[in-house]
Amino acid sequence: MLEKVEKLIKQLSSFLTMKRIYITASLGLVIAFLVMFLMLPGKNIALLDPKGLIAEQQLDLLVFTTLLGLVVIIPVFVLLFVFAYKYRASNKKADYQPDKKDNVLLEIIWWGIPILIILLLSVVTWVTTHQLDPYKPIESSKEPVKVQVVAMQWNWLFIYPDHGVASVNELPMPVGAPVEFSITADAPMSAFWIPNLGSQTYAMNGMTAKLHLVADKPGVYPGMNTNINGEGYAKMRFKANAMSQAEFDAWVSRAAGSDNHLDWNEYTELSQPTKDIPPRYFMLHESDIYDRVIAKYMDHGGGNKSTDNQNSGHNHEGMGH
Amino acid sequence: MKQAAVKFTNYKSSLGFWIYLMTDCLIFASLFATYIVLLPGTAGGPGPKDIFQMPLVLTETLILLTSSFTVGLAMIALSKKNIKQAIWWLAATYILGVAFLTIELFEFGVLVSEGHSWQASAFLSAFFVLVGTHGLHILIGLIWLLVMVIVLLRRGLNSKSSRQLGLFAMYWHFLDLVWIFIFTIVYLMGVAS
Amino acid sequence: MKGWGIDMWGRLSLEALPHDIVTIGGVVGGGLAVLAGVAALTYFKKWGWLWREWITSLDHKKIGIMYMIVAVVMLLRGFADTLMLRAQQAVFGAGDGGPISADLFQQVFSAHGTIMIFFVAMGILFGALNLIVPLQIGARDVAFPLLNSISFWLFVAGMMLMNLSLAIGEFSTAGWLAYPPLSGLEYSPGTGVDYWLWSIQIAGIGSLLSGINFLVTIFTMRRKGMTLMKMPIFTWSVVGSMALVLWAFPILTATLAMLTLDRTIGTNFFTSDLGGNPMMYVNLIWAWGHPEVYILVLPAFGVFSEIVPVFSRKKLFGYKSMVMALMAITVLSFTVWLHHFFTMGAGANVNAFFGIMTMIIGIPTGVKVFNWIFTMYKGKVSFTSPMIWFMGFVVTFTLGGLTGVLLSVPGIDFQMHNSLFLVAHFHNMIIGGVVFGLFAGITYWWPKFTGFYLHEKLGKIAALCWIVGFLVAFVPIYILGLMGAARRLDSYDPSLGWQGLFVVAAVGVLIIGLGVVVQVAQVAYSIWKRKELRAPHDAWGGRTLEWYAHTPVPEYNFAVLDTVKSRDEFWQMKQENRFRSKSTLLPIELPKNTSAGFLIGMTAGLIGFAVIWHIWWLVVIGVIAVVGLVIWANLREETEFELSVGEILRHEKSMKRAGL
Repeated sequence: MLEKVEKLIKQLSSFLTMKRIYITASLGLVIAFLVMFLMLPGKNIALLDPKGLIAEQQLDLLVFTTLLGLVVIIPVFVLLFVFAYKYRASNKKADYQPDKKDNVLLEIIWWGIPILIILLLSVVTWVTTHQLDPYKPIESSKEPVKVQVVAMQWNWLFIYPDHGVASVNELPMPVGAPVEFSITADAPMSAFWIPNLGSQTYAMNGMTAKLHLVADKPGVYPGMNTNINGEGYAKMRFKANAMSQAEFDAWVSRAAGSDNHLDWNEYTELSQPTKDIPPRYFMLHESDIYDRVIAKYMDHGGGNKSTDNQNSGHNHEGMGH
Repeated sequence: MKQAAVKFTNYKSSLGFWIYLMTDCLIFASLFATYIVLLPGTAGGPGPKDIFQMPLVLTETLILLTSSFTVGLAMIALSKKNIKQAIWWLAATYILGVAFLTIELFEFGVLVSEGHSWQASAFLSAFFVLVGTHGLHILIGLIWLLVMVIVLLRRGLNSKSSRQLGLFAMYWHFLDLVWIFIFTIVYLMGVAS
Repeated sequence: MKGWGIDMWGRLSLEALPHDIVTIGGVVGGGLAVLAGVAALTYFKKWGWLWREWITSLDHKKIGIMYMIVAVVMLLRGFADTLMLRAQQAVFGAGDGGPISADLFQQVFSAHGTIMIFFVAMGILFGALNLIVPLQIGARDVAFPLLNSISFWLFVAGMMLMNLSLAIGEFSTAGWLAYPPLSGLEYSPGTGVDYWLWSIQIAGIGSLLSGINFLVTIFTMRRKGMTLMKMPIFTWSVVGSMALVLWAFPILTATLAMLTLDRTIGTNFFTSDLGGNPMMYVNLIWAWGHPEVYILVLPAFGVFSEIVPVFSRKKLFGYKSMVMALMAITVLSFTVWLHHFFTMGAGANVNAFFGIMTMIIGIPTGVKVFNWIFTMYKGKVSFTSPMIWFMGFVVTFTLGGLTGVLLSVPGIDFQMHNSLFLVAHFHNMIIGGVVFGLFAGITYWWPKFTGFYLHEKLGKIAALCWIVGFLVAFVPIYILGLMGAARRLDSYDPSLGWQGLFVVAAVGVLIIGLGVVVQVAQVAYSIWKRKELRAPHDAWGGRTLEWYAHTPVPEYNFAVLDTVKSRDEFWQMKQENRFRSKSTLLPIELPKNTSAGFLIGMTAGLIGFAVIWHIWWLVVIGVIAVVGLVIWANLREETEFELSVGEILRHEKSMKRAGL
């Protein structure tokens, strides 16, 4: 029995030469990458296909940083394989100096070049972080659309206070007009993200986070929660629907005239844990629903979380220092 | 005439104990940071000004400082190999420690009976846990002290027990130091704010 | 009204047993494995041997081996979790249903992360430290052998609680870091989060004690003549790593304690009302969590810094700058934790500061890569399996470094945070960095402790499977991130067309799985053929002191402790042919076995279990027992035994006769 096994192993071993193994591994890798890239055409690669100003700027930053990184990475790969090949033990011609002294110049080079690159990147980071600050309004000739976002378990409520309407799991927005989101949660910490349009932001109980986005091209873009907040987390999706100003106005008047009224009672029912509510529109019956959702977490008159929406999100910087 | 000095330290164990105290210090640092952040989180309930009874706290502080002093005296007695005197000072330390804990528990009891328990607000949670963690350390110190005194009585002074007493002294002074911080940051600054 | 019988057992009742088929399968499988182990031990009458030689042993090498065994078993469990996650996403994610419910899926990924970090990576790490550090610094033991045993058994207790959650109750669904308020009582009233809290709290305290132990060992027990700048670079990496343990783990202990109090006695630290502040938790947990990454990866850097010079037959390029880089990373890793939540609304100044600090870590890390590569320059590089791991490490880790720099720019992170891009990035660092490093280390040091090599070809095949499998598994995950896929999804909109890439990722995981199978086969085959694979004490042409010790290493490590003269001491000894010791043989004191560590660990586990289920009387008994055990362990007299010169000589001679 054991002998048979040994014989089998020997046969297998002589068939699987290291050369054959390396070739199989490389071929497998090439095939896998081919398959992957053949899958890509026609798909929404959101981060590489921005539909709004913010996402566009973020893509530019992504490309710039990647190119900068390649300045270090390409030499690493080249040197790794060149040295590995040239100084392989079986290469008798290669120079061998076991006690070679450290070379100060070389070390200065590879401390120096990364330092320069990071210096450059730091400047870029400083500038772009301020430029892309989600709290910073987008400059535009058009009046911003105000949207209050409530992350519920496990649906999204969008309130348009200036338009007197609200919507669940769908976010209609006019193309070209900046949207000013005020984001809170009536659920465990959640996060609001529309990949095609840019920046995401956490939604937290009793607090408002601000986010400014704009859609430059009409279309329906997937939006979602990215932070686990309970069983229905994966189902917590919505559609950001960027439409022309005329379409948007038409939608607003349709919603304002609908029989669905959103008041606190309706809200309370809506905010019960449920999954997959189909998109619905409301006429906004009570204008202070968003503020009441925030106040829910401050029932006891607590002092540390301000309802001053403009600032509360920025209050927690410096925490934990 | 030359008296053989009693060794209180062992390179390895005192370095190890120092490092341990540093990590303990970081636990307290985390609790302090949390306390400061949660200080405004009174949820409409009482803040520091409303609940602290400074005379009691001052008494606690004096007791703990005194106990640090008595530990020091015990160590001096031990270095002179005067075990009997050392045990008296250690006993004094023990009594002072028990007194400190009793007052702390009394203070906690009063707060809870007035409805200001750790469940009432984030500020009170942070207060009880920060001060309580220090109290727990004192309790552990008291158990340790008791065991050492018994060992000292039974087995006398040897290299191991003297080393342990040296570490205990370090521990007790450390707790004293932490208390000074609690006294300043929690109580004094709380009442002053 | 509840009767006494029910109250007595707290929340525990028959309801706690598993209901769904997947969990039952896991419990039955795990249970059968344990039963088989028990049966084998009984049949071969090995219980006494297990108790005397292993459980009560204070020998750092045996403790190290036990860490390794536990960690590898946990690796298999964590990997089984991976298979379930990937199967769900590849097969059922685009539809609805499948055998894994959303709740179970969330338990599985929470368990996967917790197990892989706390019980696999930390386990192999402390195993390696135990095995290597005392030998490398030429010492006979660690500073506090009993504390070492306590640390190990606390680690085991945490591991047991973690696995018990499968059979009794449930595991956390709040992810591996359990952010409140989701992990608070309001949203997670069950026992899952409590299991999470207690298993890592207990294991974490073990890690903290180990940190003290190894730092003191390195600072006080180095061989005479081994100044800090003559220390092997692996030991240097351990200094960095353990310093981080000491700074980071107390924060974890305090944070977990506060969340435990929130859930157990109703405090309001991290609740979303009554003034509680969940963001404080996020800050604290990452003040531990970020250094934790470096706790794991620094020793992996250390391993490669040992392997590359040995297999290039040339000294390490830029020793001083390696040490500088290690220490720089150690310090910097405390200044970056906020990069884990750029999207939480801190201002631009704060975000930019933490982003820039994060990038700065890239500098010393890059320097290390160049130094390794230039160690090969003008060397004689033999491509053994540890070197295959090294090549794979440089390729994957550099890619991970690039994506890490991307994520460190807040403007980019706003888009990639919590996406699968992030998931791919940290697996890139943990698998490509930590896991490859630790496997390279295991292959490299294996012969020192067993007396035989691991089969080389199988090792190379396994390494290639891991490298290829890693790329096939995680490149699609990167792409999915760019497509806007969030992490932790058990289902997604089929119209997005993500399924194909998830299938490719699952194939990648299967390739890694093949690698794992080959590794198991490698170990089994090598044990079977151990006579053919016998290794001399200097198995690879080593440079550091552990290769000077006998193979397998005797209990006392070194018979004499000669003064160290140079950095690559053993290499230098071989060059100068100075093997004759000038020291005289003296009796050696070694720690006696004790069951204290085992008992303290198990009692700590019992306390954890009792609190999880609110069985208060058991908590009281447990606490009293632990206090008693600690006192007893402290009062033990004559904790050491002496090995006489005659015994040492006899032992040394028997080693020589064995041809070693």
